[in-house]
Amino acid sequence: MRYIPNSQADRQQMLAEIGVDSTEQLFAGIPEKLRLRRLLDLPKALSESELLEYFRKRASKNEIEPAAFIGAGIYRHYIPIVIDALISRSEFYTAYTPYQAEIAQGTLQAIFEFQTYIAQLTGMEVANASLYDGSTGLAEAILMAQRVTRKNKFLVARSVHPEYRAVVDTYAKNLGIQIELIGYAPDGRLNLEQLASKLDSNTAAVVVQSPNFFGTIERTHDVAEMAHKHDAMSITNVCEAISLGILKPAGEDQSEKRRADIVVGEAQSFGIPPSFGGPHVGFLATREKYVRQMPGRLVGMGKDFSGRRGFVLTLSTREQHIRREKATSNICTNQSLCALMATIYLAVVGPKGLREICEHNVFKTDYAVTQIRERTKFRVLFSAPRFNEFVIQNPLPLGEGRRAPSAPGEGFSSPGLPLWRFYPELGNARLLCVTEINSREQIDRMVQGLAS
Amino acid sequence: MSKQERAAGHFSINESLLFEEGSPGRRAFDLSPLDVPLKQMGDLMDPELLRGEIDGMPELSEVDVIRHFTRLSTWNYHIDLGLYPLGSCTMKYNPKINERVARLEGFAFAHPYLPAQMIQGALEVQKTLEDCLAEISGMDAITLQPAAGAHGELTGILMVRAYHESRGNPRRSILIPDSAHGTNPASAAIAGYVVESVPSNKRGTIDIGALQKIVNHEVAAIMITNPNTLGIFESEIAEITELLHRQGALVYMDGANLNALMGMTRPGDFGIDVLHINLHKTFTTPHGGGGPGAGPVAVKKVLEPFLPYPVIESKTDGTYSFNYDRPHSIGRIKAYNGQFGMHVRALCYILANGAEGLKEVSEVAVLNANYIRSKLKSAYALAYDSASLHEVVFSDRLQARKDVHVWDIAKRLMDYGFHPPTVSFPLIVPGAIMIEPTESESRQELDAFVQAMLAIDTEAEQNPEIVKSAPHTTRVGRIDEAAAARKPILRWRAG
Repeated sequence: MRYIPNSQADRQQMLAEIGVDSTEQLFAGIPEKLRLRRLLDLPKALSESELLEYFRKRASKNEIEPAAFIGAGIYRHYIPIVIDALISRSEFYTAYTPYQAEIAQGTLQAIFEFQTYIAQLTGMEVANASLYDGSTGLAEAILMAQRVTRKNKFLVARSVHPEYRAVVDTYAKNLGIQIELIGYAPDGRLNLEQLASKLDSNTAAVVVQSPNFFGTIERTHDVAEMAHKHDAMSITNVCEAISLGILKPAGEDQSEKRRADIVVGEAQSFGIPPSFGGPHVGFLATREKYVRQMPGRLVGMGKDFSGRRGFVLTLSTREQHIRREKATSNICTNQSLCALMATIYLAVVGPKGLREICEHNVFKTDYAVTQIRERTKFRVLFSAPRFNEFVIQNPLPLGEGRRAPSAPGEGFSSPGLPLWRFYPELGNARLLCVTEINSREQIDRMVQGLAS
Repeated sequence: MSKQERAAGHFSINESLLFEEGSPGRRAFDLSPLDVPLKQMGDLMDPELLRGEIDGMPELSEVDVIRHFTRLSTWNYHIDLGLYPLGSCTMKYNPKINERVARLEGFAFAHPYLPAQMIQGALEVQKTLEDCLAEISGMDAITLQPAAGAHGELTGILMVRAYHESRGNPRRSILIPDSAHGTNPASAAIAGYVVESVPSNKRGTIDIGALQKIVNHEVAAIMITNPNTLGIFESEIAEITELLHRQGALVYMDGANLNALMGMTRPGDFGIDVLHINLHKTFTTPHGGGGPGAGPVAVKKVLEPFLPYPVIESKTDGTYSFNYDRPHSIGRIKAYNGQFGMHVRALCYILANGAEGLKEVSEVAVLNANYIRSKLKSAYALAYDSASLHEVVFSDRLQARKDVHVWDIAKRLMDYGFHPPTVSFPLIVPGAIMIEPTESESRQELDAFVQAMLAIDTEAEQNPEIVKSAPHTTRVGRIDEAAAARKPILRWRAG
């Protein structure tokens, strides 16, 4: 096997030095009755050229047309070439977790930069070294708020990504956490009256997403103010991280009462490909006063014993390898390489580039909305301002709309994500996403498809 | 610190933070021209919703970015540079073709919300990987949803809980050997269980006598690692699983050490009900400096109804689809269906090896560990005498007599050009030095490591100070971790 350096001759020599006759003898600790005495039944081994062929064939069976106009938590943005060039360096992608700081300063400094970028973008004081993804990140944020407040009631917007809410349910159900859902108002934003009626002193936190699952921008600062009046925490979830480049950060306001306590989310939009749902990268940012209740790894700046600046994993007494069942989370790893991708992305686009990308998203989305309103029979739901997603409703009932093509490359007559599974009350509705990579021509063609 | 002030060294050994670099007006990015009407942002949304400048975000050129991260990269140790003998971490070579195929556009840009007929390639890859993992582990069904090993543990224990709940009582506790990874008890706690510790015996395996006394009808499961974190196969595993099953409890296995077993024995055949598999260990997906990993969970038939939804189904016409209709499912454990990019890489590795190749992997991994054991056991005290499989655990007992401890030995290894082994774990071995070479290392590489370890032992005897003050050749010395934790600085700030 080409990945194993030691030849048969090497192995014989090593066995002789160990003083055994065969490798079989080294497995003598496994009782004979438990040994597998046949070969595993696996597909036959492939050569490198056969592997390429095998995977090319399967990759080509997936549709990757950006004109699918599909987002819903996974976004198509332009990915600068620089990112892949850098993360393809073995020094980054084949390194282990940086427990041995002296020979992992590259990873450690990059994560420290990631933490800084996330804190800057969210308007928060500190951010962790990343979490698996946005959905598990939100679950971790809720567990964190339970630790901080010692309360169990959570008010969660129904316009939070439905799969994120499902993950929260899975994590929460054995920990005494109660989730109550808050609906959306006719303009697509959180129903503040309903929120007010459910908020009380037992509420641990209010969870809102902005832009929410429908693409509308929430008034997160008003929500935070309402939560704080009842001594509840305010958690803002962000699925579309690009929006942080233009929207007022939930963690930033003149008045402390109007600032979120935790901003959590998904940073896939920062240079990470959709990759059929993962790997992506979650982030969690908060106030300094809550840092010891945070889940996940943290990189701190320190000094070595001769006074040189260096970086090191810190506050690990929160973590499972020290605290075991009393840890703040069972999480061990972060998504280091994806966090590095996001860091490189932010370094490449810079503050001006990020702002321009946001403007293109907003303007192109506005163009698509305007065209659909003017040229088709579809209704565009929700009047609140939006970032790069929106909901359209087919006047025809479910099942009578046009169908997706039956094979890749046929083009889309039904763009976006059907919402019947998540929001049946919206009928024959679809969630569409338009980003900077969609040309006017693509948008026009999509609108034409809806019109015909 | 400006670039002038740190002129003492070349930038590559003294690179600033991004936030200390760049200057206004530099760019590394351009957008295609806007091809839709330009508007005033204020006309589309309330200016109150908009942010001001992002304080402290640097403006950099493409060359700045490339140089910065390339320089940082040179400060990392990595598997392509040399041996990474971290016990329990299985730091093996990451084949280059894995990276190539995971980047194929049809995989990298596939969206999981497209209709099933447009994602057949991705579903087939996932289903094929599931089938391969089921065969390797001897289990009946797989979920690929968990994002990492610890995430898989939580998934598995939640399924254990759902199983017991379906029979009327979730039960109270999870038993965990004292040699286990810290994630085991942490995962059990999130699933709402009390953790009870199981002591090890003198052979370094589970003390079955002690176990008998604590197994009862309130025990939901035991979480074992096999081979355990000492690299020792639990020779009484069949008796242990039978003991638990007799009391209606289940057996969870942490699959961190599967690299020792492929083609030799299968967890499903020795009574395991549920196990997680670390694709980033046994199946060569890269560690990435600490993730992404992937932690599929394999289960026996009895737990199959409780798998996270959706599950992938293959139809008689040869097509694949997601099935969401799973009334007994524990729910979702992650959005979408797992770390797909890692699934592609793992499948590529399995297909590159085939059945004979994977067996050879385990054989050579065990051979390499035993080679190190035989070469070092005269200089370093073996923690346990029992036979080692893929890893061997020593203690610093002999060196500690000269006040040279495991952490010193680890740091001194860096001066010899090696990444240290896992140290101070498992917790039951004071001053543990846990070495897992994997099959990726040649005899020459192992010999060089052995020479370094022996040299350090000699130094501990003759010149302990040089070991205790190590490392001497790295970019930075030992970081004052206590000071860093006392007043944590977790981000850069201006000024």
